[in-house]
Amino acid sequence: MTTLNWGSISSMLVLFGTAILVVTVASLIKSSKKDLLVQVMTALGGLGGLAAVIIYWHRVSSDGAKLSFADTVRIDHLALFIIGVISSIVFLSALTLKSFFAREKLFRAVTTEIYVLILLSATGGAIMASANDLIVLFMGLEVLSLAAYILAASNIRKAQSQESGMKYFVIGAFASGFFLYGIALIYGATGSTKLAQISQKLVSGAFVDDGFLLGGIALFLVGLLFKVSAVPFHVWTPDVYEGAPSPFVAFMSSAVKVAGFVALIRVLGGALIESAADWQPIIYAVSIASMAVGTLAALVQTNVKRILAYSSIAHAGYILIGIQAATKDGFAASLWYLAIYAMLAFASFSIVAAREGAISGNSINDPNHIDNYRGLASKQPFLAVIFAILLLAQAGVPPTSGFYAKFSVISAVVDARSYPLAIVAMIIAVAAAFIYIRLLIVMFFTPADSSLLGGATMSKTAFSKTTSKTMSPITQLDASENSDATFDKWKKLGANKLNLAVLTLAAAFTIAMGVYPAPLLELAQSAAQSLV
Amino acid sequence: MNQFLDDFGLSIMVFVPLITGLIIMLIPRAKEELIKQLALGSSLATLGWAILLTVRFDIDNASTLQFVVDTDWITAIGSRYIMGIDGLALPLILLTTLIVPLCIIYSFNHWPEPANPKSFLTLILILETGMLGTFVAQDLILFFVFFEVVLLPMYFMIGVWGGQNRRYASLKFFLYTLFGSALMLISFLALYFLADGTAAGLDVVNTFDMRALSDGATGAIARTSQLWIFAGMFLGFGVKVPIFPFHTWLPDAHTEAPTVGSVILAAVLLKLGTYGFVRIAIPILPEAASAWAPVIGVLAVIGIIYGALGCLAQKDLKRLIAFSSVAHMGFVMLGIATLTNIGITAAVFGMVAHGLITGMLFFLAGSIKERYHTLDMSKLGGLLTDAPRMGWVVAFCAMASLGLPGLAGFWGEFPVILASYSPAAILSESMFRTFMVIAAVGTVLAAGYLLWMLQKAAFGTAGGGSVDLTPGATPHNGDGDDHLPKANTAIKDTTKREWIAWAPLLVLILGLGVYPRLVHEVVEPATEKSLEINVGNIKYDCLELSPSSATDCFNEIRNRNG
Repeated sequence: MTTLNWGSISSMLVLFGTAILVVTVASLIKSSKKDLLVQVMTALGGLGGLAAVIIYWHRVSSDGAKLSFADTVRIDHLALFIIGVISSIVFLSALTLKSFFAREKLFRAVTTEIYVLILLSATGGAIMASANDLIVLFMGLEVLSLAAYILAASNIRKAQSQESGMKYFVIGAFASGFFLYGIALIYGATGSTKLAQISQKLVSGAFVDDGFLLGGIALFLVGLLFKVSAVPFHVWTPDVYEGAPSPFVAFMSSAVKVAGFVALIRVLGGALIESAADWQPIIYAVSIASMAVGTLAALVQTNVKRILAYSSIAHAGYILIGIQAATKDGFAASLWYLAIYAMLAFASFSIVAAREGAISGNSINDPNHIDNYRGLASKQPFLAVIFAILLLAQAGVPPTSGFYAKFSVISAVVDARSYPLAIVAMIIAVAAAFIYIRLLIVMFFTPADSSLLGGATMSKTAFSKTTSKTMSPITQLDASENSDATFDKWKKLGANKLNLAVLTLAAAFTIAMGVYPAPLLELAQSAAQSLV
Repeated sequence: MNQFLDDFGLSIMVFVPLITGLIIMLIPRAKEELIKQLALGSSLATLGWAILLTVRFDIDNASTLQFVVDTDWITAIGSRYIMGIDGLALPLILLTTLIVPLCIIYSFNHWPEPANPKSFLTLILILETGMLGTFVAQDLILFFVFFEVVLLPMYFMIGVWGGQNRRYASLKFFLYTLFGSALMLISFLALYFLADGTAAGLDVVNTFDMRALSDGATGAIARTSQLWIFAGMFLGFGVKVPIFPFHTWLPDAHTEAPTVGSVILAAVLLKLGTYGFVRIAIPILPEAASAWAPVIGVLAVIGIIYGALGCLAQKDLKRLIAFSSVAHMGFVMLGIATLTNIGITAAVFGMVAHGLITGMLFFLAGSIKERYHTLDMSKLGGLLTDAPRMGWVVAFCAMASLGLPGLAGFWGEFPVILASYSPAAILSESMFRTFMVIAAVGTVLAAGYLLWMLQKAAFGTAGGGSVDLTPGATPHNGDGDDHLPKANTAIKDTTKREWIAWAPLLVLILGLGVYPRLVHEVVEPATEKSLEINVGNIKYDCLELSPSSATDCFNEIRNRNG
């Protein structure tokens, strides 16, 4: 007799319930306040998810992990930790989206759907985080990914966005196929899809076929490494990130990645920990390749979004270092890195989004070209300082959170005596610092070139002229509906005040975690302790 | 009050500049007066506080850590918030707290382009916290954090307020230092996991605590591991010093940095590396230190000669001073490599002296540049006639820098040469005597380039050499007095602001030269302790044994621990 523990899955229910509620409310209300309403609801949904996580964390501390749905869902500290991260990202995303809609003139076109998709994608991530069964894991992955595909394609006014969504979908579906095949083979080898039972089978050595298992692990890894965009399954990342609307890239590069990694940690660190010797070499190689390729490719990019996309590939390599160690400390380090990285990636892409806003409509030049960041320190000093903090954290310079993130994964492999990996990782970290320093140089040490087309200097008439040329028919249809007031206000502020608040919060978090990381680090450690 | 000083004294000293910096960030840029006064006030307060701590400092126990703070910080990774100072750190702390207010006074009301005193002062104050923190930290991770905190403000200082080639220079500075410290971090981690204090009677196993690590917790680590760990630290500290093959960032950074940036860089930042050797590398891993000492010695003397030859090849005054830093730091490293009390004490003295003298030289270079709008030595000259007081200050500093007895520079070089005559018994005597001879040649070369520099900059007339051949370049009135150059009245002599900024340095250069005991008294007991090998209250003197019996001695420690 299995009992259903509703309380334990409350955080998931909050996210999912809010999604349903947003759809319902939005279809009933026709008021012009609808946009604001769904935004507030989504933000509250994220906050609610976080609150549920905090409340339930103590229950788990005292009563232990809770299993429900015939032992296929396991709410433990690991699941709660990740759901907490994802919920926070949902909350922050919801706050930043409005200015984007205003700028891209997407009001009333797709806004409600986007909030719903973000919530659904987050629910998928939460399911993955708490999956105790490979099939549930797959369900979570699909919920997460399908929503993300649509998000990537959701800027209906830009062909590039749709191309990006298509690319993401096709390659993603392909990877899902691998993933599913991997599950099938693991099932064939061990006779179960339940993580706990797989682990027991491996301990007892009573499984059917070693070849099946190895093949299963390999295919399974292909599927997940694609999701976390590790080399050699990374090729889609820069293209998709470049084409997809920046605020959703912020969401995808943080929440979606976190979910992909937690699945890796759950399965490798839980079910397959006994056969660590089989998968460790793969992760070792993939980790070095990701760090090296991500860093080297980022060095030669001129588009800031692509730079950040490649740098996210390099970060994936660092997170894999902790997994490679295959120790509790290693998984804790990876989880901690994930939480830190999610914030950094989210905030960095949000800055790109904000910056795009200031120079949007510039159809001749690439709005994300690195030259558009020239002299940002004198034009928008506050934004430049925040971006500098985030970039330095990504470079791993103390006293920022990024330092302890790198520190803890390196510490885990040094403890596991994998000195070569530690040394390679640190050397690549120095090379990677160049990526971020290059952006700092552009922002701080390069005077803004007035000959460049910058939004600040462009007259409004020039703006409408250039945009109307690129607009699709749908755009022209409802372009008149958009309130010019919103746009003017946006332009005056350079970035929406709410966005700046979110970014300030991210920067404060980054510094705070660099000065006193102990509390969150301890949460990550207890999360890793809950692995089977 | 005394209890308060003991508990919070160091933390207050370290963080007051940072907090002031943060407050300044919040003040609107328009209130420039307030910002300037606040920055100067806080740096002077820090100096006062440091002097107060010095008064409280028990000089008779200079070898023990004082004002120790030890509380939890990041328990999850085993790092603690441990601070304390002993005789090694004290002179460097005083040097730092003195240099910073002088730099602020020097730049008062004539900020390097593009002005923005608010950001400039904030960076200097953050820098001060980083430097002081590095000198007081007694936990490897805390040390590392402060060591790296220094990097950013200096990077921005060079990158924003620097000269023509500032972007290249700042990037080079950043990446070189980061590279060194990246590998150093792995060494720290390896130490953490390999350390075992139980056999030495300490109740810690894995630790970043520098006190425990230098009290025998590292004794059980296999020799090969020790050598590798030392190699990582060697890179980290060596880049910062900089030791010979890693020095190329230094001339660029110095040349491009604004005057005040160069002063802080020369006076304090370079010392972070040498301090790391004395404080961390040698006491924690004496065995590896003795194995690496010949390498350090070779690189140090190469640095001495290479730096001196580099100086002779320079056209730019600032670059010349930068290369002279490479040579001087070579002396410091040679002193450290001897692993003797005399050598390391002289090295610490050399750090302080170099900080005062080279800091002063960079101040002068800045003032010369301001007056002549160039640092190209073929165009300089005539400082003694144009601005006689400043000319004499240049001459004084050049003399101090070349190691004239009676001035501070002498006590950083002569005892080093003396110490290399008889290095620690574990080291090859003949090898270090060779080093001694080469280093002595280096002092001659130093006299050469410094006098040459003095001649170029201070003698003759502006526009070239002692005899001016360019018609119309200098005011020749045709009064038949051609061999006596006329003063260029457009050049102002030393201003009041400059005197205020320089006087303390000049007094100290002379004072420490005449009475070096001021520094020796506190440093010597501390260096002596840093060379002692104590394991569980038993003293080993492995460094004082011949190489073969030293190996047995280290093995004995290992077996005892194992």
